[in-house]
Amino acid sequence: MLDQTEGFVTEDGRKIGPVVMEMKNITLRFGGVVAIKDISFDIREGEIRAIIGPNGAGKSSMLNVISGFYHPQEGEVWYKGAKRPAMKPYQVARQGIARTFQNIALFEGMSVLDNVMTGRFRQMTSGFWAQALWKGPAEREEIANREAVERIIDFLEIQHIRKTPVGRLPYGLKKRVELARALAAEPSILLLDEPMAGMNVEEKEDMSRFILDVNDEFGTTIALIEHDMGVVMDLSDRVVVMDYGKKIGDGTPDEVRNNQDVIDAYLGVAHD
Amino acid sequence: MLYREAGDFKTSYVADSQTFPIKFDRYRYYAVLIIGFAFIPFVINDYWVNAIFLPFLIYSIAAIGLNILTGYCGQVSLGTGGFMAVGAYACYKLMTAFPEVSILIHVLLAGGITAGVGVLFGLPSLRIKGFYLAVATLAAQFFLVWLFNRVPWFYNYSASGQINAPERTMFGVPVTGPETAAWAAYLFCLVLTVFCALIARNLTRGMMGRKWMAIRDMDIAAEIIGVNPLMAKLSAFAVSSFFVGVAGALFFAVYLGAVEVGEAFGITKSFLVLFMVIIGGLGSIFGSFAGAAFLVLLPVVLKLVGVDLLGWPTDLVAHLQLIIVGALIVLFLIVEPHGLAQLWRVAKEKLRLWPFPH
Amino acid sequence: MPEQLIWGMEVFFNGLMAGVLYALVALGFVLIFKASGIFNYAQGVMALFAALTLVGIMEGQVPFAHLINAIFGTEIHHFGWHVPGLLAILLTMVVMIALAWAVNQFIFRHLVNQEPIILFMATIGLAYFLEGVGDIMWGSDIKKLDVGLPQGINGPIDELTYNIFNYGFFIDNLDLVATLVAALLVIALVIFAQYSKQGRAMRAVADDHQAALSVGISLNFIWVMVWSLAGFVALVAGIMWGTKSGVQFSLSLIALKALPVLMLGGFTSIPGAIVGGLIIGVGEKLFEFAVGPMVGGATENWFAYVLALLFLVFRPQGLFGEKIIERV
Repeated sequence: MLDQTEGFVTEDGRKIGPVVMEMKNITLRFGGVVAIKDISFDIREGEIRAIIGPNGAGKSSMLNVISGFYHPQEGEVWYKGAKRPAMKPYQVARQGIARTFQNIALFEGMSVLDNVMTGRFRQMTSGFWAQALWKGPAEREEIANREAVERIIDFLEIQHIRKTPVGRLPYGLKKRVELARALAAEPSILLLDEPMAGMNVEEKEDMSRFILDVNDEFGTTIALIEHDMGVVMDLSDRVVVMDYGKKIGDGTPDEVRNNQDVIDAYLGVAHD
Repeated sequence: MLYREAGDFKTSYVADSQTFPIKFDRYRYYAVLIIGFAFIPFVINDYWVNAIFLPFLIYSIAAIGLNILTGYCGQVSLGTGGFMAVGAYACYKLMTAFPEVSILIHVLLAGGITAGVGVLFGLPSLRIKGFYLAVATLAAQFFLVWLFNRVPWFYNYSASGQINAPERTMFGVPVTGPETAAWAAYLFCLVLTVFCALIARNLTRGMMGRKWMAIRDMDIAAEIIGVNPLMAKLSAFAVSSFFVGVAGALFFAVYLGAVEVGEAFGITKSFLVLFMVIIGGLGSIFGSFAGAAFLVLLPVVLKLVGVDLLGWPTDLVAHLQLIIVGALIVLFLIVEPHGLAQLWRVAKEKLRLWPFPH
Repeated sequence: MPEQLIWGMEVFFNGLMAGVLYALVALGFVLIFKASGIFNYAQGVMALFAALTLVGIMEGQVPFAHLINAIFGTEIHHFGWHVPGLLAILLTMVVMIALAWAVNQFIFRHLVNQEPIILFMATIGLAYFLEGVGDIMWGSDIKKLDVGLPQGINGPIDELTYNIFNYGFFIDNLDLVATLVAALLVIALVIFAQYSKQGRAMRAVADDHQAALSVGISLNFIWVMVWSLAGFVALVAGIMWGTKSGVQFSLSLIALKALPVLMLGGFTSIPGAIVGGLIIGVGEKLFEFAVGPMVGGATENWFAYVLALLFLVFRPQGLFGEKIIERV
């Protein structure tokens, strides 16, 4: 096999960079239950990486480990070439890892614009007194970031609901707002937890287009969990397959599709 | 047609993020300020100042403070009375220890000290949530009142256990003590109220406010997108307590002049301010003013109607007031959890179309 | 044995008795909380209201006499009859059930699915409302309540301890009765909740009211029942406290004391309410006895809250509460 440390170009001409995040032998237990068992995989810069598996396979737990919400009992997380120490979730977010949630976690009492602006915490650093005075640095910063956020709002086509309180929006739009909030952080890695759950075909097509566009336009690295096989196979560059907390497959969609373990996990095996 | 925003276009984000984005609102706001500063001081007398304007202004500050903590950051506090007491006693100690320093600085410092105490009692908020925290703030309420009641140092070993505000001046005009003119006390409080409201508004429309609201709406998600929950909650406690402390200092030094802690800053005071916030509207600066005005005016009106007009005994009217306030709280929570502020917004939407609703 | 220690023991026993009464009020909280998720701040005012009503009925007071006199200029106060204790208690219970119905009908039915903190604030409003109604209905003067419960120093205990320590403990008969009643009440409630059909329905509603609705449980019935039970507990607490220290506004403040009890014990646990009540009762009496004189006394005002606060920082779910697992 070729040395791919510095990245490579896929068959359809997409440039994949070096490894940006690496999970090494992660094991996560809740009391006696083992949610993730000794899993290792990596995420490369600029790729779309999917994690799939049946219900209860530990996919969401894996995402929670990446975003620092769960702390694995064993194993290491390497990020941008260095081992990541134990961190609180907000510290992970400040390193440039943004995410969306399986059950939408928007701030219902705030407008769409405010929700997306919350994605910019990392970029907005003016101090308490500056904010209390408003005029001056705080206002300049607000305006500059507002412009960045408006670009994302344009990009995801949610201009018309800018000032609507999020609580009033339908499900599909909420999902899009949540994506906008994550994008506003200009993340190095974007984690999407079932971005298409509960959507109809049209909405799924829209969302797929947005995910591809994001990856294309901003070069954002994306790791996603998804149930819809067709979508996963179409979107992703590489796929990790999990079952009962273990990794049973890893590779390009084609490799995974022909992996016997994966077929068994999804279709079941005849036991004699 | 009476109230319009059509044709009021904004061409910059600066214009879009100002306090009153609609021209009509902005002009009305200036008008209120002009009347407040340039007209009312010349016409008011002692009765109006003491019965309505001073309590209104001071409670507005307290309500803004509690609204930041409860309405914006979602942390219910039942310790407002205790924190007001901290402001009052800090102001008293400062006034008597450094008589030559300006009273304005004392009031602001008293707010600062209260902010410190607030942060201290806010520390458990990282571990305790919801009404567990609400009950925990009762600890602040009871402990602080007890402290000021029982430790003589706080009331300078006075025989009565009360604290009395000595006379202090601004620009040579007394603003505390028995010689204070009505208009001077009013203006002093008005300046501080406007100052507090502006700061509160600036903080809540910016990043600080978004952090608070994110914690309020979904604290776990907020943490995962990069809000440090401890810092967000403690800053809310600090800012909130600062305002409440300033309100307490004014309540003692300018409004009452003499204070017995259990009476002035007991648990009922905590509830009163909480009710102002609920009735006015959680998460709204305007609502804080509306709620304060409402609950300051209600007893005055009830007394006018019940005692003076109908000739009912005072205690009966006081009990009726309890019933009315209680019923109103429940009613607002059921019908309009965003309080008077929301009713006002709805009214404006209607006025926008009036008189051609179709 | 040193005198201090013997006095300390007496304080300890009295603390236990006080703790039982705290637990009694806390129990009312737990009941409502478990079945409806409502943290009922008005529980203490309900106890006051129950006691006021009981006294009013026994004395034959005319309800709302004050208001009627003010409006019509009349001078009526009493019907001129006296109702025996037991019958009055029954009548009061009828009033409490009516109250439960009204509370459900006019308030909490309209607040289904609201956040707990909104419900909590609604009960604060209810507390104010009820306090005002109680005062207007029966007058706000301090009343004596006597339904025939034994009061005064307990002779045998005094004698027994005098023989052992050469110092007679002062234990009030009323406290002993209260302890007994509280114990019986707790047992009855636990049996009711665990084994009766209504109790099971109650727990189902507590768990998930939509699911309960879908298997044919009447939410309204369960909620009225729960509020009635809480009213009953309030009545018992009102009788005990009212007999002990007169029926007056401060009675409603014991409800506040029940809050730290709950924080300590966990909001959903009946044994927690009892153990928490005992710890708070004993703790505050001993603290006042040992430390109080050094710091100016009246530490009972805040001890319970500060204890609960410190405790919660280390164990946020309380002594017996279930561990809180956070998920996204």
